[in-house]
Amino acid sequence: MIELNNVSKSFTLHNQGSAVIPVMEGASLSVKPSECVGLIGASGAGKSTLMRVIYGNYLAASGSVMVGGTDVATAEPREILELRRHTLGYVSQFLRVVPRVATLDVVAEPLLAVGTPVNAARDKAASLLAQLNIPERLWSLSPTTFSGGEQQRVNIARGFAHDYPALLLDEPTASLDAQNRATVLELIAGAKARGAAIVGIFHDETAREQVCDRFINVSAFSPRSAA
Amino acid sequence: MTPLLQVKNVAKMYGARIGCTEVNFDLYPGEVMGIVGESGSGKSTLLNSLAGHLTPDRGEVIFDTRADGPVDTVTMSEPQRRMLSRTDWAFVHQHARDGLRMSVSAGGNIGERLMAVGDRHYGSIRERAADWLGRVEIADSRIDDRPSAFSGGMQQRLQIARNLVTGPRLVFMDEPTGGLDVSVQARLLDLLRGLVREMGLSAIIVTHDLAVVRLLADRLMVMKDGHVVESGLTDQVLDDPQHGYTQLLVSSVLQV
Repeated sequence: MIELNNVSKSFTLHNQGSAVIPVMEGASLSVKPSECVGLIGASGAGKSTLMRVIYGNYLAASGSVMVGGTDVATAEPREILELRRHTLGYVSQFLRVVPRVATLDVVAEPLLAVGTPVNAARDKAASLLAQLNIPERLWSLSPTTFSGGEQQRVNIARGFAHDYPALLLDEPTASLDAQNRATVLELIAGAKARGAAIVGIFHDETAREQVCDRFINVSAFSPRSAA
Repeated sequence: MTPLLQVKNVAKMYGARIGCTEVNFDLYPGEVMGIVGESGSGKSTLLNSLAGHLTPDRGEVIFDTRADGPVDTVTMSEPQRRMLSRTDWAFVHQHARDGLRMSVSAGGNIGERLMAVGDRHYGSIRERAADWLGRVEIADSRIDDRPSAFSGGMQQRLQIARNLVTGPRLVFMDEPTGGLDVSVQARLLDLLRGLVREMGLSAIIVTHDLAVVRLLADRLMVMKDGHVVESGLTDQVLDDPQHGYTQLLVSSVLQV
């Protein structure tokens, strides 16, 4: 489902003496449906970078990034948007929303984007929010004023609203209490059971052991010159 | 799928000075494209050239019309272009005053566009005007008030209602949230996003506000000195800018 072949990535800082910073070299990995792969490595090793390369917000310098038949490294913007709408979900560490939009609608939005009727989308959003212990009285408010943990759970609900065949999870269990963490791990297990291919970053070791089938250490992809 | 708008090698000169040059892109139905760049970079010149307000010196602007398929709007006859700008296109000006008739009631402003495409029944025109006022969150009771009695944010929303009432397929927007305070801006962004999704609109939005494009636009084009220096997926251009100027632009945004 997700297949990276010999991907490299570097940043060129034009305004700082055109410094070229290579951050990744020869990255290859393959994730099958119903498989969860955990990315490990020290902070700064390039876990999030790799994830962003897969999602397409970082441009790979070379190599191919195949997700469900689309090469993210070379695809047109509209092909990537189509991929993100239907196939590839991403739970980032930060919630980014239009101010003033109700939490329920924030969570329902990915469903509306794939053409789910409004009522069905809202019902699904409501059940996810309830599952993640967001009190019902907050649903009509914008999540911009929520606490960090609540925002994180709204973000997770949003990421799991549509049944994406491929999912990227960037520390979904960080800053959650034990009960909510268990719920999130259940959601991940559910997604695996229905056949989703998952790439995740988990700092929490118990969570990691519980859901991941295998691990990839991204320090193996660090350019030798920088190491 | 046929692109809704194909822009090929468009250039507009002001004498020897470059307005914008070598602009190429395809816009597909339902896509929202942002154009960013500092003032004087040619954003508005480009937008006006595409919308038929300025005549480009070179290039083609091919629009996929409902009746005849793709037609070059630069070479089409004036009446045809004017019909297009009433039915399939909409243009939201930065200053609402440029897009509204200030001495005609709010309802009249919306109704005018309907009448321009042949609507004649007063009752149904008024009904649709009222419906659109509601959609842009202006109270029904204000339908007979003139826009000069509206606040800046309300005028901008009225301008949007006036433009969208005829169900256009392509909306040009020149700094739609410029000069509005942030609470009004957030409201307008939410409104625009909803309308884009419900009506399947395509839009080209010129702005210098990167936060606005991140929320509204699928794609982004960065202009400098009349040239397109970078284009691509919005979050890719903002998160991983490739061109030196874009890097400068992105790193110059103040954090709140």
